[in-house]
Amino acid sequence: MTTETILAGFGGQGILFAGKLLAYLGMNQDKNVSWLPSYGPEMRGGTANCSVCVGDEPICSPYITEPDVLIAMNGPSYDKFIDNVKPGGIAIIDSTLVTKECKRKDIRSFRIPSTALAAQHGLPGMANIILMGKLLKETGLAVIEAVRPTLEKIIPPKKSALIDANMKALALGMAL
Amino acid sequence: MERNLMKGNEALAEAAIRAGCKCFFGYPITPQTEISAYMAKRMPKVGGVFLQAESEIAAINMVYGCASSGVRCMTSSSSPGISLKSEGVSYMAGSDLPCVIINVMRGGPGLGGIQPSQSDYWQATRALGHGDFQILVFAPSSVQEMADLIGRAFDEADKYRMPAMILADGLLGQMMEPVVFHTEEIQHHDPEDKHWATTGHKNKRKHNIINSLYLQAEELETLNFERFKRYETVKQEVHEAELYRTEDADIIVAAYGSVARLAKAAVDNAREQGIKVGLFRPITLWPFPAAEINEACRNAKRVLCVEMSMGQMIDDVKLALNCRLPVEFYGRTGGVIPKPSAILEQIKTLAKEAE
Repeated sequence: MTTETILAGFGGQGILFAGKLLAYLGMNQDKNVSWLPSYGPEMRGGTANCSVCVGDEPICSPYITEPDVLIAMNGPSYDKFIDNVKPGGIAIIDSTLVTKECKRKDIRSFRIPSTALAAQHGLPGMANIILMGKLLKETGLAVIEAVRPTLEKIIPPKKSALIDANMKALALGMAL
Repeated sequence: MERNLMKGNEALAEAAIRAGCKCFFGYPITPQTEISAYMAKRMPKVGGVFLQAESEIAAINMVYGCASSGVRCMTSSSSPGISLKSEGVSYMAGSDLPCVIINVMRGGPGLGGIQPSQSDYWQATRALGHGDFQILVFAPSSVQEMADLIGRAFDEADKYRMPAMILADGLLGQMMEPVVFHTEEIQHHDPEDKHWATTGHKNKRKHNIINSLYLQAEELETLNFERFKRYETVKQEVHEAELYRTEDADIIVAAYGSVARLAKAAVDNAREQGIKVGLFRPITLWPFPAAEINEACRNAKRVLCVEMSMGQMIDDVKLALNCRLPVEFYGRTGGVIPKPSAILEQIKTLAKEAE
């Protein structure tokens, strides 16, 4: 079984980092993983997205057209991907920035004001991780205990102070 | 063995260093700049040379000089940059010099775009420069293969004294996957082992000359004959492909590089629907694995060639099969990635026709 996730938003929201975290969490559980970013004109001043596959089998196509899970952190990304989510799939939406209500009844959608929550809790720039917390809770792709060692590996030592903040944001998302 | 999550470009660069590449000459261009960036960081730490040249043409001519002295060296670029290097590649082929050239393909022609493409197949396998010559071409399909094939490319280039190319694309260069490096050690290759290299003769032997200029027609013809005799040996000895679910297949999908991944997903889907379909994936593009595709197509009635181009490898597929089977084509171009679902539709159409 392979879980295909698309994470999408503006450049600077930490979309690629959140995707990387997901891929590392998969790899550290000995799963097969792939991480494919958008690159180029989209990233340079517009939307950024990445496709992450986590599975037991070798990953055939790293290029995802119909995700099982969508994280949408802005309106354009939501519009671009929401109709492609597989029936029975999951959409996790930053409702601070995506104003539209999700009309699809064949998927589980969660509207979370993560940008506002991040600001309220003194976790600037961690709306992405709050949504990742929700993703981990809903998909069971990793338990919270697995996250800290992974963060320690991917956050460079001079930014290690951010690990606690990331864990706080993650716990916040998981509690929702 | 530790699994490292790395971009294809980075895995390739690290594997090149471990394969004994001592000098890298580059010039940035999307989507392969991570190779240069990685080399810039790592090469000085392992006693190697990283040099960002003033242009692609300068970089390939630095490779010419470096390879002449017997040192393992490489350059990398993406489609328009590779065109600029073509003069230098021809000179290296004409001088029988080994080197490795990376092409992380993007959409063309012209300056084109920066999204993934496979539209430089003809250039790589037919004419990467003027004159009668061939280069070795390897086509990785995963980040692991980006790492594994580079050492192979260096070895074969040295063995046959000819340039070798890794033909990748933006998707493979930019994506991350776990990669295992089979050795921690950095290979050491002594330039003195190359009897033809300009390593300094110390008055102990006749001096070596590296040159591609031959004004006597007969002399040049003789050299070209000799070179093509060597190419015949290469064709016998270097050919590789992956055959996937081909044993009982009525339909064979032929695809290389990242597209073979998408095609594999489509093949698995079609199999679930009861269609007998398999995948032929060439790993060497020159020489093209002709025996392997004939083996894959033993029971096939139809072939579908899928590429991120207007149809280039399809020529080699038809040549290798001697046109004994109908070969259809499906491709996207300009940087558009074919969807596995679209490949599946093509397979279904062929399956109906084959009934």
